[in-house]
Amino acid sequence: MDLVLAKAMPEDKANAERAASNVFAAAQGRLPGAGRIADIRARAFEAYERVGLPHRRVEEWKYTDLRVLMRDVLRLAEPPDASALRRAQAAVEQAAFEGAIKLVLVDGMFAPNLSDVAKLGKGVDVQTLREVLESSASDAMAGLVLSTTTDAMISLNTAMATDGVVVTIAEGKALRRPLHVIHVSTTSSASHFTRSYLHLGDGAHGTVVESFVSAESACGYQANNVMIVLVGNQAGLSHLRVKADAADAVNISSEIIAVGSRAKLNLFDMIRGGAVSRYQDFITLAGEGAELCVNGVNLLMEKQHADTTLVVDHAAPHCVSRQNFRAVVDGAGRSVFQGRIIARPDAQKSDAKLTMRALLLSDQAEADNKPELEIFADDVKCGHGATSGGLDESLLFYLGARGLSENDAQALLIRAFLGEAIEGIANANLRDFATSQTERWFKARR
Amino acid sequence: MVAARETVERIARTGVDQYRYGFETLIESDKAPKGLSEDTVRFISAKKSEPGWLLEWRLQAYRCWLTMTEPTWARVHYPNIDYQDIYYYAAPKPKKPLSSIDEIDPEILKTYEKLGIPLREVAILEGVEPAPGGEPSANRKIAIDAVFDSVSVATTFKAELKKAGVIFMPISEAIREYPDLVQKYLGTVVPVSDNFFARLNSAVFSDGSFVYVPPGVRCPMELSTYFRINERNTGQFERTLIIADKGSHVSYLEGCTAPQRDENQLHAAVVELVALDDAEIKYSTVQNWYPGNSEGKGGIYNFVTKRGDCRGKHSKISWTQVETGSAITWKYPSCILRGDNSRGEFYSIAISNGFQQVDSGTKMFHLGKNTSSRVISKGIAAGKSRNTYRGLVSANRNAVGARNHTVCDSLLIGDKCGAHTVPYVEAKNSSATFEHEATTSKISEDVLFYCIQRGMSQEEAVSLVVNGFIKEVLQKLPMEFAVEAQKLISISLEGSVG
Repeated sequence: MDLVLAKAMPEDKANAERAASNVFAAAQGRLPGAGRIADIRARAFEAYERVGLPHRRVEEWKYTDLRVLMRDVLRLAEPPDASALRRAQAAVEQAAFEGAIKLVLVDGMFAPNLSDVAKLGKGVDVQTLREVLESSASDAMAGLVLSTTTDAMISLNTAMATDGVVVTIAEGKALRRPLHVIHVSTTSSASHFTRSYLHLGDGAHGTVVESFVSAESACGYQANNVMIVLVGNQAGLSHLRVKADAADAVNISSEIIAVGSRAKLNLFDMIRGGAVSRYQDFITLAGEGAELCVNGVNLLMEKQHADTTLVVDHAAPHCVSRQNFRAVVDGAGRSVFQGRIIARPDAQKSDAKLTMRALLLSDQAEADNKPELEIFADDVKCGHGATSGGLDESLLFYLGARGLSENDAQALLIRAFLGEAIEGIANANLRDFATSQTERWFKARR
Repeated sequence: MVAARETVERIARTGVDQYRYGFETLIESDKAPKGLSEDTVRFISAKKSEPGWLLEWRLQAYRCWLTMTEPTWARVHYPNIDYQDIYYYAAPKPKKPLSSIDEIDPEILKTYEKLGIPLREVAILEGVEPAPGGEPSANRKIAIDAVFDSVSVATTFKAELKKAGVIFMPISEAIREYPDLVQKYLGTVVPVSDNFFARLNSAVFSDGSFVYVPPGVRCPMELSTYFRINERNTGQFERTLIIADKGSHVSYLEGCTAPQRDENQLHAAVVELVALDDAEIKYSTVQNWYPGNSEGKGGIYNFVTKRGDCRGKHSKISWTQVETGSAITWKYPSCILRGDNSRGEFYSIAISNGFQQVDSGTKMFHLGKNTSSRVISKGIAAGKSRNTYRGLVSANRNAVGARNHTVCDSLLIGDKCGAHTVPYVEAKNSSATFEHEATTSKISEDVLFYCIQRGMSQEEAVSLVVNGFIKEVLQKLPMEFAVEAQKLISISLEGSVG
């Protein structure tokens, strides 16, 4: 088996790399930014090419082998034309979050006509990545937005990002209406890349929802999105993300987040669509007394593969983090949770807890949990728990004896199971939104 | 309280850097030429007058080893090992053929006496006194196989075991006396194509213990092997094979020490356990190789592959380990739960101090129906050490009704050490129920304050908390070992308090 793979891999890798090189070369003319920006892109692409698509021998991607699941990087999607935008509009309406200010990205390009930029109040500044990269005045900003890590998919994104939103919320500003960033894919058999940036100044508060959806007839696309998030000192951010991609799409979303001192971040990640979806969040609690709450649910069926990977880095003392994840896996789905908690040597009094629970509904379903603790400070309280199992037969029997159909009994238990994670969303509107999203999964399952 | 006070006294007696077993025995030994090649493998095989199939098997392992590179995924760091700078075989030079224990080189006998290991057939180990009215001491006999560098020097209680039908002898002897049995089972749990260090062991293993318990027999006494590295620049590569036939039961203990030296020595052992229908194997280890001095110089590199195969229905394998020594520990005793209703257990205490690095844990592979496993791991990191738990629990599609419960807790003493937990939980079956929990914390200030306020010293208080922390695992050790292990733990943590 190993021998077969060892033989197969170099060739696959070579093929994938050739494809990627072609994709990067072909896209050159369409990537905004010249001079220093172009250098950053070229270097990022080199970094990507050195390792290629992540595979199972790369520890962080052990359970999500993109060499198998993606095979190679598809050509860059064309900018959306009028018909694509029309189809996108329908999808945006479906995904809309009531009362929110929409910022829409279609196939990796900002769509001003579908967005509500005009409704933005004072103290909130939204630019597109294209504007930032093409204006020489914001050189420092460009470097910040394109900051990167050693992860291959983020490097690839740095090289290929065509557009995105760059949002700055001024110090002390409290957003009255939530921002809703909607990523729409209208394309087929193509890839798109966005890079966004969200900065909350000190003491600012806001709510940001991010949706990943597909327009009618879009299929087989690859989305790769990165967002850099800076939460200033004493600021507060509620952030919810929902992935509801087309059934055969690949979507890799990364977030690099830094949380300032005594700031609060409440994050929720949901996956309920797509063939291969992955969230990877690298969260640094950089200021003393920061508070983090990350919850998430993966709702899978058929052959879906969903992966939520988190690294929570307690880099300052007195920080608190709570993580709570649930996966419901039906059909031949596969859910992956990897959560690493790091407590740095001077992060004394760190308090971290992580729970991941998987519910398997069929004999083909699979759940892989990898919670990790990496502790270098002694005065800490860190713990994690992971469970996986099926529905409790005795509970099903109890409900059945009280006249519930098997389907209803199952649904009731699953809703209760998911509830534990959804309850962690601090904002009531977001909580309702998340619940309504889970209902769509129940409907699709029936 | 008594235990706590004894612990403190013990610490007071031993200064910093006191490794009790760090002496060296000066005896002449017979070594293979330095370095590793096919010739070395042939040399060892010839020394042991092994049959042809075994030499072939070793050579196959050696060739497999050549195709591999050293694994780097573990959280341990050490300078490259020069595999050509090691003696792969060292045996005390026999003065004449031995016919009884009295003819063993008195230097070696003295060594084991100093270590507290009775090679004469005595019944009681240090620290255990028969309780008044308790079981008669005859029931607490322990049969010992003593391995000195590359060879076994003595095995006690052979005759009595033979009466019960139990085969307990050095594996080199078993290869000569029971070649069919060895050939049938050797390498069936850890094949020649296993990991890097296991391949190396398969190629050059020199001795170790062999145990066969026939069907329906409950082994009348504890079996034990004591490993001692003595010679300079040598590696120790022992191979242990334990087979519990249908309905049998055996409890096996293993202990290890080495002289105190500035160089690092390699220890790459392989242990294979096979439990057939309704059989039970209990395997306990107290590992106390030289851990290096307070600056992190010297110490044993301990790269060990231990694996048990619950081949039969209703079989059970239980691993208990107390890891206090070695500069580097890389060890994952695992259970392959193949038989329906089989059970695997893993109880571990891993203590690291000074510059020690421990990367240890277990793997539980659930293959059969209604298999269950339990993992309890307690890690204590002190000084500048790194202590990692790495574990895997997996259930495949056919493992209907598999169950696992894992608890791994880490305790940090001091702010220069690190404790990490890396579990992998893989469920491919909806009827498998897996639970994993882990915590990392330090000794609570409140608890220490409470104890001190009631008249205990700081050391006593810490020792009390540590003893409570690891009690769950200590209880799983056979009594003779539990007492010794508890003392060992207090010494390992010495200097880390206050």
